[in-house]
Amino acid sequence: MALDPEFLRYPHRRRGMDHDRYEWSQLHERGPVEWPGGARLAFWINVCVQFYPLNQRGMPFPTPGGMTMPYPDLRHFSLREYGNRVGIFRLLDAFDRFGLRPSFAVNGAMAERAPYLISVLRERGGEILAHGWDMNSLHHGGLAPEEESELIDRSLDSLQKAFGAENRGWLSPARNESPHTPDLLAERGIHWFADWVNDEMPYRFRAANGDLWAMPLSNELEDRFIFMQNLHSEESWVEQVCDACDFLLKEASVAGGRILSLNLHPWLMGQPHRIAYLEQALDYITSQSDVWSATPSEILRLCKE
Amino acid sequence: MKADLELYDYWPYRDRPRIVWPGGARLAFWVAPNIEFYELDPPTNPYRKPWPRPYPDVGGYSIRDYGNRVGHERQMRLLERFGIRGSVSLSAALCEHHPEIIDACAELDWEFFSHGIYNTRYTYGMSEDQEREMILDAMDTIEKHSGRRPAGYLAPALSHSERTMDLFAEAGGMYTCDLFHDDQPTPVRVRGGQRFISIPYSLEMNDTIAYVVNRIEPRRYGRMLRDNFDRLYAEGETSGAVMCIPTHNYQVSCPHRLAALEQALDYITGHEDVWVTTGREIAEYFLNHYYDAALEDIRRKLEVADGA
Repeated sequence: MALDPEFLRYPHRRRGMDHDRYEWSQLHERGPVEWPGGARLAFWINVCVQFYPLNQRGMPFPTPGGMTMPYPDLRHFSLREYGNRVGIFRLLDAFDRFGLRPSFAVNGAMAERAPYLISVLRERGGEILAHGWDMNSLHHGGLAPEEESELIDRSLDSLQKAFGAENRGWLSPARNESPHTPDLLAERGIHWFADWVNDEMPYRFRAANGDLWAMPLSNELEDRFIFMQNLHSEESWVEQVCDACDFLLKEASVAGGRILSLNLHPWLMGQPHRIAYLEQALDYITSQSDVWSATPSEILRLCKE
Repeated sequence: MKADLELYDYWPYRDRPRIVWPGGARLAFWVAPNIEFYELDPPTNPYRKPWPRPYPDVGGYSIRDYGNRVGHERQMRLLERFGIRGSVSLSAALCEHHPEIIDACAELDWEFFSHGIYNTRYTYGMSEDQEREMILDAMDTIEKHSGRRPAGYLAPALSHSERTMDLFAEAGGMYTCDLFHDDQPTPVRVRGGQRFISIPYSLEMNDTIAYVVNRIEPRRYGRMLRDNFDRLYAEGETSGAVMCIPTHNYQVSCPHRLAALEQALDYITGHEDVWVTTGREIAEYFLNHYYDAALEDIRRKLEVADGA
């Protein structure tokens, strides 16, 4: 018994990363970033507005939060729709109550499925991220680059028509990428994306057609990760978010501006038994001194200076 | 495949020769930060997939990179504050990828032990020659970059062969972290007859096992660490035990989790009879003071059991 000799060869064993997408850099070695008004913490909330089709392909894997029962899995299909019909309005009310300005990551398919909701979001003026076509259209290496290009174009066109502005930010469905995704995004004028979770501050990401910026959108504090994957309680989610807030505020006092990012799903967080816990967390965070409610583009603009 | 590799004999926890740690301490306490490098696109081992998602597994890869970019410095400064020198379970290739991390740990007199080359290269399926080559490569690399040959081994991603202990002992290794059969050091049987031991490393206190496998809330993890300590500290009055907290910079150093570790370290190091130490120091002390008595006691108890 032996492995192929390839298994004991290490072609990328060298200084820095084992790929060329970005430079190796430790957070603590970078200079401090300053937020407006001397704030220590930029608070970025992103809300996912998603369509989970019934006829899920599961390519290249079943979408997290997607269908799990034999077709037609009406329980999960309709519960995801609940988020866009009911849950999101609870979230919007909470954001208004605490004066917060979330961004919205919107599946292209939502433009024709819920024009009313789109108009509500448009009137709010929150920043919009392109979020792929739908949750059944994952970006992965099994797609030909032309297929993936078409998927991105369709998503961007739909949002441009719906919101009347060009999209600069991107979040891949299920945060999954093909080896080409960053290149195809850069080629289409996308300026930043939030799939990678290796940093807590924005950093430059190489793409074949011009650089992107990687924005830090925490997966570990996401409602889906904590409730659906870890099965933690609502109380624990609040504790974890508040503990993160405390920690980052403290670190920011010596290291310069930090970012607290929360990625939320209205179909989870917008449930009647959960929304109070979101309000509790938002109340805690916004009552700390030196917290700045920020959009991702505002954060990025200051980090690039 | 065998039912048991017979690496150690049955040895009941009660009535063992009493261990007293240096300074009269009743608990040897060590923290083992895993500092790992996972490859984005490794060759696929026939027995275990490196990543759950197809290439590129952005989520899996990038959170592990987060540990090195963001998490490491946080944990290192936290341990420094409590006077704890880390015993680093090191992916040897990290010496080449991120030498500044090695330098920063060496500056604080941390120990480095071997955790293979990459945590995406598993032992499964290797020939004896291949596994020996991998073990020696890792030891040579760590020695070259840190100035000291590693004494301990935690197989990469806890992937083993039947020969892993034999090969590591033959390469000059002193202790293994791969066995979870005891709360005290124990002799480990190797084919070359070297004086080779197991040092308790703890799977249950491992942050990745706690957070990812067992999906435990951060504050509950902190409480488990304190509970684990309380019992071992109490039992250490009878005979000194070992407590280890194995950590990962991509788990324990996240902003919502570091306070749990901080509170536990504060609690543990606030006790008087705790020997805050490293894996190598525990291994050396046990080998010098208790190894022979342990072997003798094990032999005697086996004979009693056999009715001899």
